[in-house]
Amino acid sequence: MALLLATCIGILAGSGVWLLLRPRTYQVVIGLSLCALAVNLFIFSMGRLRSGAPPVLSSTAGALADYADPVPQALVLTAIVIGFATTALLLVVLLAARGFTGTDHVDGQER
Amino acid sequence: MTDDVLLTILIVLPFVGSLLAATFRPNARNSEAWLAGGVALVCLFLLISAYPAIVEREVLRSEAEWIPALGLGFSLRLDGFAWMFALLVTGIGFLVVLYARYYMSPKDPVPRFFSFLLAFMGSMLGIVIAGNLIILLLFWELTSIFSFLLIGYWNHTAGARDGARMALVVTGFGGVALLAGVVLIGQIVGSYDLDQVLASGEAIRSHVLYLPALILILLGTLTKSAQFPFHFWLPNAMAAPTPVSALLHSATMVKAGVFLLTRLWPVMAGTPEWFWLLGLAGMAALVLGAFFAIFQHDLKGLLAYSTISHLGLITMLLSLGSPLGAVAAIFHMMNHATFKASLFMAAGIIDHETGTRDMRKLGGLFHYMPVTATLAMVASAAMAGVPLLNGFLSKEMFFAEAIETHVSSLLDTSQPYVAVLASTFAVTYSLRFISSVFFGAKPDDLPREPHEPPFWMRVPSMFLVLACLVVGIFPAATVGPYLLTAVQSVLGTRTPVFSLAVWHGFNLPLIMSAVALVAGALLYLALRNYLRHSPEGPPLLRHLNGRHLFERGVVVLSLKWSRAAEMFVSTRRLQPQLRILLLAAALAALVPFSMGSLSLRWPTGSDIDPALALVWLAGAACAIGAAYQAKYHRLVALVLLGGAGLATCITFAWFSAPDLALTQLLVEIVTTILILLGLRWLPKRFEEITTEENPWRRRLRRSRDLGIAFVVGAGMATLAYAVMVLPLPETIGSYFLERAYTEGGGRNVVNVILVDFRGFDTLGEITVLAVVALTIFALLRRFRPAPDNIGSPQQQRRQNAFDEAEPDRKAGDTLGDYLLVPSVIMKWLFPVIIVLAIYLFLRGHDLPGGGFAAGITLATAFILQYLASGTTWVEDRLRILPVNWIGLSLLLAALTGMGSWLFGYPFLTSHSQYLDIPLIGRVPAATAMFFDLGVFGLVVGATVLTLIALAHQSVRKLRAARTTTAQAVREEG
Repeated sequence: MALLLATCIGILAGSGVWLLLRPRTYQVVIGLSLCALAVNLFIFSMGRLRSGAPPVLSSTAGALADYADPVPQALVLTAIVIGFATTALLLVVLLAARGFTGTDHVDGQER
Repeated sequence: MTDDVLLTILIVLPFVGSLLAATFRPNARNSEAWLAGGVALVCLFLLISAYPAIVEREVLRSEAEWIPALGLGFSLRLDGFAWMFALLVTGIGFLVVLYARYYMSPKDPVPRFFSFLLAFMGSMLGIVIAGNLIILLLFWELTSIFSFLLIGYWNHTAGARDGARMALVVTGFGGVALLAGVVLIGQIVGSYDLDQVLASGEAIRSHVLYLPALILILLGTLTKSAQFPFHFWLPNAMAAPTPVSALLHSATMVKAGVFLLTRLWPVMAGTPEWFWLLGLAGMAALVLGAFFAIFQHDLKGLLAYSTISHLGLITMLLSLGSPLGAVAAIFHMMNHATFKASLFMAAGIIDHETGTRDMRKLGGLFHYMPVTATLAMVASAAMAGVPLLNGFLSKEMFFAEAIETHVSSLLDTSQPYVAVLASTFAVTYSLRFISSVFFGAKPDDLPREPHEPPFWMRVPSMFLVLACLVVGIFPAATVGPYLLTAVQSVLGTRTPVFSLAVWHGFNLPLIMSAVALVAGALLYLALRNYLRHSPEGPPLLRHLNGRHLFERGVVVLSLKWSRAAEMFVSTRRLQPQLRILLLAAALAALVPFSMGSLSLRWPTGSDIDPALALVWLAGAACAIGAAYQAKYHRLVALVLLGGAGLATCITFAWFSAPDLALTQLLVEIVTTILILLGLRWLPKRFEEITTEENPWRRRLRRSRDLGIAFVVGAGMATLAYAVMVLPLPETIGSYFLERAYTEGGGRNVVNVILVDFRGFDTLGEITVLAVVALTIFALLRRFRPAPDNIGSPQQQRRQNAFDEAEPDRKAGDTLGDYLLVPSVIMKWLFPVIIVLAIYLFLRGHDLPGGGFAAGITLATAFILQYLASGTTWVEDRLRILPVNWIGLSLLLAALTGMGSWLFGYPFLTSHSQYLDIPLIGRVPAATAMFFDLGVFGLVVGATVLTLIALAHQSVRKLRAARTTTAQAVREEG
């Protein structure tokens, strides 16, 4: 399973990076979202992959042997929400720049 | 009063006064003057009361801890020389405050003026009574800054801004050099303490670093004292209000340079390097300053060049290295301060009463203002060195020293002649000052009818002129003992025998004085007609203008060279920057492999679940497809991005992260809506349009980017795989698993971490969320779309055209019918989704859910209503007020955190227990729930605000961005 997920992280990151290097602002927005998915999966996978062991306690105390590591999950949860906010900010800045410069090139002018 | 208290009050009181003065009303001239004058007087009386102690014990000290790790104390030190200087600063400071009360116009915002003036006074006192060189430097820089602010006080005039900037750049440059010099001295001595430095004269002078340290310190002091070749900032600083010039440019700030030279005189003087460097600089300033002063038409310009010349005189006296020279230098510092401050005040009065400072326009003012004229005449006579005035005494001492041989050389031999020449010039410009302003024909084209100023405006000048006279006639009885105390504190055992007397017999210095007086008067008579009509500046040297050189230097350094450097090493283009960033990150990721801390095992694909593999087959195809389509098919790319997100969401669910799966799913929904809303404002792009770019170049560029994308992707995959196959070590995860229920009162460990254990982090994160949402809101309020996006979209135009063509339809009907069935369902779903949101929120502490997920759910409920019925329909019925949600939720989260203070626990400590609620039964209740409620509300507010702000752009009446701005930007870039 690790191989599968690692490959998928690679594909998401590669597609995202390709788009980040494109000249149009929309491509950069989509690229950044793809990169966000890749990075979230990457951080999540640092807690290792386990099926059927969500960190929801059935008794009063648990151990790492019985449950998935909750720390990467907590990190990624806020990262998902913050990722949405930064995507929104980037989009709005790019839209404002497009209105101001008349072009959707990332440098504000056609090269 | 102990020394500690005295010195601390001296240094703190002006700054406290400065802060206080800044709070007054803009036109509170009287109360400002009372405050500033009061502060100056208190300091003055403290100093006077400290004098007996100084005579008795020589030095008053105060030591406080500052940076013990570096061996630096906040030490203050008041000896005779510092006392004399502090007396000048506070005494003239007080007189200037009194004068400024009448000088400043009711229209000037005086709090700023008096606040800066007091702060400057404090900084200057700091230089004077600093007990170690680092403290001295600190206050040295502060005087530069406050002088900048004071010169630029009338910041609406270009001259004030330029003059202020020039003064700051030049003295700031000197400050840096001085810092380096002081550090060298500290290295030589091993301490920055002034007492220790003063005791290590022999070690400093014989050290190899003596010359570099000397040059650096001279750079600092000569720039501050406006000595050649750094003198040009002083005449340009005359754009300052005249009270500022009277305090800074006569008595205090420009004297800081010679003050420090005198301070260090016992340890650094007496070497040939000192004699030559300082002697040449001083002599150049002495002669050139006096010569240039003759040809200034501006009264203050004349005084500025005269100040340069007099400071040159002091510098030259210090360069000699003889104790008597140092005595004369110290004496002249006091004398110059008194007569020059009074002359500046006179110049200010003339400017104030006539409206001009141009000597070609002025004349015959004696008739209108006899008192002011008399005072100015006495002060200029002191400046010229006329007997029975204080200027004469120090000039005689200077002449006597100039005749002596100190280091036999051409410089030394020429000194008497140069001294007489400079004195001649001084007589000429003093005569010009008096004769062109107060005598001659009465002016007929003055901006104002001149008359005497108010009595109290004349008082400061009167007091100073009285001091000139009294000192000039009875020197030994008045300043004698104080001068001796000051001299002794600098020279110690080397203090020479000197006599202060008006009459020393018929000797060479007297003859030199007489020659200078007569020659100066003759020179003035010869030049009088020329000066009346000549252009500004001295003949021949008129074009050698320090100001122009400085400005050209600034342009070259800060514009041309920096542009060139930017062209050479940097780029404003985003893509190359990102490329470098990504490659650097890829290289950095290689480090753990090369260090051997991560090793790769050959992968085995045996345990792959075919279902998830299928999901990711689709997910990977979506990701690659989105990358491929994002340029020409934006909507397709957006849908494909959603596909990749869905695959991610399933993966989270698959690998035991239900909270993440839930949040990811919800965020996918709002992200899609967000980007859909943005699509409307992007330009159309057609595949058919081809660029003129060379296809080979384009292919090369794309292959390079593809290569980078491949390297980054492959690298990330390898890294992820290498980590994932390692066994999980003991992590902090077990800490949370063990304590989530017993200490946090919840079973959903992820949620307990977010709202309890790491609640402070979450508070930071929701604050970021709030800031981002408000930024988006603010950005969109001034949104100007490109002109081609102003009209309705093609689909709407087509619908409206259809409506208009049909006789039984109104415009907008088709739009109203659009997706009618789904929109009815969406309207009915509103309460259902709200219940779902509440459910997710309430169960969050024990089961997957929580504030983040519930917040986005509720936001989706609102957004669906906008989608179903349109902005106008919704806002007629429902006012959401997202900004209030954000504010109140952030407040709730913060207050919950603070609540634990009431019980004596640290910020954000939570408490949990079970409550018995009738009908429902035992319900878990933790204070963390209030915090989670804050998270919930904030997420709702931020998400809704972002989406609605963007959606509103389509219904607003928009103005297109002006194409001229766009063009200007394009041309500029």
